Amino acid sequence: MFDFLKGPILAIQDFYLLTGRALRNVTRKPHYLDDIKLQMDSLGVGSMPIVLLTGFFSGAVMALQMGRALQQYGQTGRTGTVVSIILVRELGPVLTSLMVAGRNASGIASELGSMKVTEQIDAMRALGTDPVQKLVTPRMIAIAIMLPCLTVIDDAVGMLGGWIIGKLIYDLDWAQYWSQCWRALLWSDVVQGLLKPFVYSFVISLIGCFYGLRASGGTQGVGKATTQAMVAASVAILVLNLFMGLIFVKYSGN
Amino acid sequence: MSEASSPSASQSPGQSLLRFEGVSVVFDDDTRALDKLSFDVKEGETRIILGAAGSGKTVLLKTAMGLNRASEGRVFLFGEDVTRKPEQELFALRARLGMLFQDSALFDSMTIAQNVAYPLLNQTANRMPRDRMEPAVRDSLRFVELEHTLDKYPSELSGGMRRRVAIARAVVTKPPLLLYDSPTAGLDPITAHTIMALIIKERDVDNTTALVVTHRYQDGNLVTNFRYNPESGRLDPAGDSGTNTIYMVLREGRLVFEGKQQALEACTDPYISKFVKRPEKESAA
Repeated sequence: MFDFLKGPILAIQDFYLLTGRALRNVTRKPHYLDDIKLQMDSLGVGSMPIVLLTGFFSGAVMALQMGRALQQYGQTGRTGTVVSIILVRELGPVLTSLMVAGRNASGIASELGSMKVTEQIDAMRALGTDPVQKLVTPRMIAIAIMLPCLTVIDDAVGMLGGWIIGKLIYDLDWAQYWSQCWRALLWSDVVQGLLKPFVYSFVISLIGCFYGLRASGGTQGVGKATTQAMVAASVAILVLNLFMGLIFVKYSGN
Repeated sequence: MSEASSPSASQSPGQSLLRFEGVSVVFDDDTRALDKLSFDVKEGETRIILGAAGSGKTVLLKTAMGLNRASEGRVFLFGEDVTRKPEQELFALRARLGMLFQDSALFDSMTIAQNVAYPLLNQTANRMPRDRMEPAVRDSLRFVELEHTLDKYPSELSGGMRRRVAIARAVVTKPPLLLYDSPTAGLDPITAHTIMALIIKERDVDNTTALVVTHRYQDGNLVTNFRYNPESGRLDPAGDSGTNTIYMVLREGRLVFEGKQQALEACTDPYISKFVKRPEKESAA
């Protein structure tokens, strides 16, 4: 009767098994340090342009709209406060993660998917390497290190974008804007702003790898895996973001 | 079954290298890829596995090395039961066999040299210092006559050359057992002949045991009746002593024939006789 549930439940089980194996491999030899470095470069540094652009424009548009709203109360001077809090707590982590997910969850899925359908994954197992150890764990570690760094860059560039709009449209003072930005932030905001991308990084890498390693049925299967990985990673990030937000609001009291 | 023992199989009666005992493989969607398959591959034998597409030939090879798991029955590789062995423990056994995948399965992000060196770097049992690795890789590529491609990438090579590189990668560790999955599929007759000649050369030079999956009867015929001549570098007729080649025919996951070439050719079963087309014009290159 519940046969239609079998597929999704098996998939969830497989996902947890993959997650477990990938995490266990962090402490297990052999460590593929070269692969981690390579992935940090291609997945992390490679995402820099897209993160810079997203950060800059999201900060700028936020300053534009917030400045207008605050103008009604004669509080344009507090634009920096609003921009900085929203960027560091919410928009920075979420937008960076979504952008990196769009670029990398799909990239990972298509790379691993192609390897799967051309039997390279089997060849790897036949030739003495655990594909999870060689392919999944390095990507997981690389994104876990790089995504919080990218988020910090995104936040900073966003604030800069906010200042440029603030200067051009609302004639904000440089020193006032930045001191507002700085003073608005509490430690809990910074912790939240860094913990979120760290958690989402696992979503991106593991979902990308999961769909890639499940790909079957030639190039069409790879295409399907790529789309599924991107959609699943993006939705998972948005859902997780709400729950993490709720937890932080409940336990940090702001 | 072993009425004509091969001169190359001097250790006969050979040890069992690979044994299937009532092995079935059933996939998640309830397709039965292998159905109660039993056979025993002895040292020095070459097994030609014939069968239509989807008859379970590839699954058989993958089950032999533990890439697929048997749902029923037991698989013994080098005398060890691998049916339920955890993946980590299988690596040591897999290091003793070489596999040629259907689409070559070369790592396309690595150069040819890195591809061939991969088992030497990653298989604990075959790991060697870097100064010995390069000559081993070169030797292996010389064996398939592709020494000049060391720094190229797989995408720069033709299909036949990729297949030869994959053979070089499979034999670089000098494994006693080799599994060839459709080595000639999708190749023109001349390239296909070159690949089969390499398989025969590997058998006669290193005395390896092999399972050759194919749907072309002439591949099996070549392996059965020709030998590699190290002096001329060509294939010569094997003569009366023949080679230690056994045929297996699969149909929908079941073993429907196992025996020597004469028995296969004498078989009247319509499915089996479809594979047996005596190639009149086949001659040594």
